[in-house]
Amino acid sequence: MSDVTTAPVPRRNLELGLLALALAVVTGANYLVSLSNESGIEQKWFTQSVALACMALAVHAVLRIWAKYADPIILPVVVALNGLGLAMIHRIDNATGDNAASRQLLWTGIAVAAAIITLWAVRDHRILRRATYIFLALSAFLLVLPLIPGLGREINGARIWVGLGPFSFQPGEIAKITLAIFFAGYLSSNRDLILLAGRKLGPLQLPRYRDLGPMIVAWLVSIGVLVFQRDLGSSILFFGLFMVMIYVATGRISWIVIGLAFVAVGGLLASQFMSHVTRRIDAWLNAFDPEVYNRAGGSFQIVQGLFGLGNGGLFGTGLGNGRPDLITYANSDMIVAALGEELGLFGITAVVLLYVVLVSRGIRAALGTRDAFGKLLAAGLSFTIGLQCFVVMGGVTRLIPLTGLTTPFLAAGGSSLLSNWIIVALLLLVSHGARRPAAVGPLTEPEKAGTAPGRRPQAAPATQEDAR
Amino acid sequence: MSELVLTALRLGFLILLWVLILSVVAALRRDLSVGKKVRAGAPSAREVRKNPDLAPEPAPPAKQSARTLAVVGGAQAGTTLELAASPILLGRAQEATLVLEDDYASGRHARLFPQGSRWFIEDLGSTNGTFLGEVQLTRAQPVELGQKIRIGKTIMELRP
Repeated sequence: MSDVTTAPVPRRNLELGLLALALAVVTGANYLVSLSNESGIEQKWFTQSVALACMALAVHAVLRIWAKYADPIILPVVVALNGLGLAMIHRIDNATGDNAASRQLLWTGIAVAAAIITLWAVRDHRILRRATYIFLALSAFLLVLPLIPGLGREINGARIWVGLGPFSFQPGEIAKITLAIFFAGYLSSNRDLILLAGRKLGPLQLPRYRDLGPMIVAWLVSIGVLVFQRDLGSSILFFGLFMVMIYVATGRISWIVIGLAFVAVGGLLASQFMSHVTRRIDAWLNAFDPEVYNRAGGSFQIVQGLFGLGNGGLFGTGLGNGRPDLITYANSDMIVAALGEELGLFGITAVVLLYVVLVSRGIRAALGTRDAFGKLLAAGLSFTIGLQCFVVMGGVTRLIPLTGLTTPFLAAGGSSLLSNWIIVALLLLVSHGARRPAAVGPLTEPEKAGTAPGRRPQAAPATQEDAR
Repeated sequence: MSELVLTALRLGFLILLWVLILSVVAALRRDLSVGKKVRAGAPSAREVRKNPDLAPEPAPPAKQSARTLAVVGGAQAGTTLELAASPILLGRAQEATLVLEDDYASGRHARLFPQGSRWFIEDLGSTNGTFLGEVQLTRAQPVELGQKIRIGKTIMELRP
C-alpha cells in the first residue's frame, strides 16, 4: 500500500470558499424550481436553502474545531450533491403533490447531526480498529434485522426494511459501514497471513485454500442477502466491497480474478433460479419489447428514464420544465434520469464529476494516511460510493440491469442519506489523520497515558504468540 | 417572468455548476502528484509565516552525526540503513522502515527519530522491550554513536 504526503496546512478557508460556491449552486437550483411552480413563487426555496446552509456551516465549524486538517474538498462536494437532490425532489413534489422534500430535509438534518456526532465521538479513526469484531457482530445483527417477523417490512418485493411505527429504515445501509470497518480491521491484522503465497498459475499467485475462507463467507453472505432479502443491489455492494478491500490489502490481482469467478457463478445461479433477478435481466435486455414494457415491474421505468434523458438533450429542458414525474420512483431510484432530463448532458456530467471528485478524495485520504487500517477503511468506503453510483447510473442508462441501490446524497431516502453522511464523516477523519503534521520528537506524558489517542502508537501484537 | 429571462437563468445555473466543478479541480491541482513520495503542495511563504512548524525540514544534522543505522548482531547482521532527517520505524510490520526478521520483535517495536543534532529512540509498547546498552527503555532516550540498541535478538548501532 503506497503513501503520499501532503503539506500539513489546514485549508479550512478554502473549504469555506468552495462551500459558499456550492451553496450558491444549491440556492440557484431551489430558486429555479420555485420559478416554475405553477402556484406562483413560493417561499419554500428560501427555507430549504437556508436550512441546508446552516447545516453545512455547522459541519464546517465542527471541522475547524476537531478535524482542522481534514480534506477541504469533500464537504462542499457533498453539500452540492445533497442540495441538488433536495431541489430535484422538491421539483418532483410540485408535479406529484407529494411531500418528500420536507422529509428529505428532515433526514438531511438527522444525517448531518449523525456526521457531527461521528466527528466528535470518533476523533481518530484508529480507535474503531479496537472494536473490529464488535462491528462484525453489529453487521450480522443489522443484516438479520429485516428478516425478523413483525419488525421487518417488505416493500416492492425486497425485504430490507425495518418498520417502527410510521418510520421505516434500511439497516443494510448502516451495515455497509460496519462491514467496511470490520473488513478493514480484519484485513489489516491478517494481511501477512493472507499474503502467504500458494500455488502459482501462470502470472497469477493463487492464495492457499484455507485463506479463501473469508472470501467464501463474504460470498455466502451476499448470496444470503440476495435469497432472503431479495435485494440484488446490496448483494453486489457487499461483495464488491470485500473484493476491493482484499485487493487493496494484498495488491494481488488473483483475488480479483477469483472474486469475479465467484460473481459469475452467483450471477448465473441467480439469473436461472430467482424470478426477480430473471425479470430484471429481461427488462434490461428486451426493454423495448411491448410485452416487457407493459408488464407489471417490467421495463416501463427504464424506458421512460431513457426517453427523459433523450428529451433533455445537451442543455436539458431547464429545472422545472421537463416531465420527470412520468417515471415511477422519479425522486429515488430514477433521480439521475430526472436530473439528466432537466439539466441535460452538461448538467449530469457535472453531477458525475462531483462524484468522481468525491471518490478520488476518499482514495487520496487512503493514500495519505499512514496506518493500514485507515487506508483500507477509506479505500473501502469511497469505493462503496463509487460502486453505488456506477450501479445506479449504469442501470438508468441501461448499461447493466437496474437494481435497487440508491444514488448517494441525491436520492430521496433517509437511511441512505444517514449512512452516506456518516461515511463522509469517517473519510474526513481519515483525511485529517493523513494531512495532520506527523508527530516528531518524544511523546509528551499525557500522550503516553493515552489521553490523546491521535498520536498514540498502535499497540504491537504479542509477538511470541505470533511467531508460533 | 419572460421566457427569455428564464432561459438565461437556466443556462446561468449550468454555468454556475461548472464554475463549482472548475474551482474544485483548481483547488485539487496542488496535491495531485500521486505515485511519488513527495510533499505535494509545498506550503507558501505566507502559510509558513502563520504556522512556523511548516517551514521546510532543516538539512540533516551536520558533521559527527549519525548517517547510517547498522545491524551488528542477529539474523540480519550486516544490514545497514541510510538515515535521512525523518523518523524511522523498527519492527516486524511491513510498514516498518527497517523490517526486522526477529521472532522476538513486535510489529511496531520502536521508533528512532532525529531531534536537533541527535537521534532518539523510543519504545512503542513492544512485548519484549527495547534495550539501549543494558538498560531497558522506559521513555525516549538519546542514542550516541556506537551505542548498542537491542531489539529481541537483533543488535544495532548508529554510525557516522
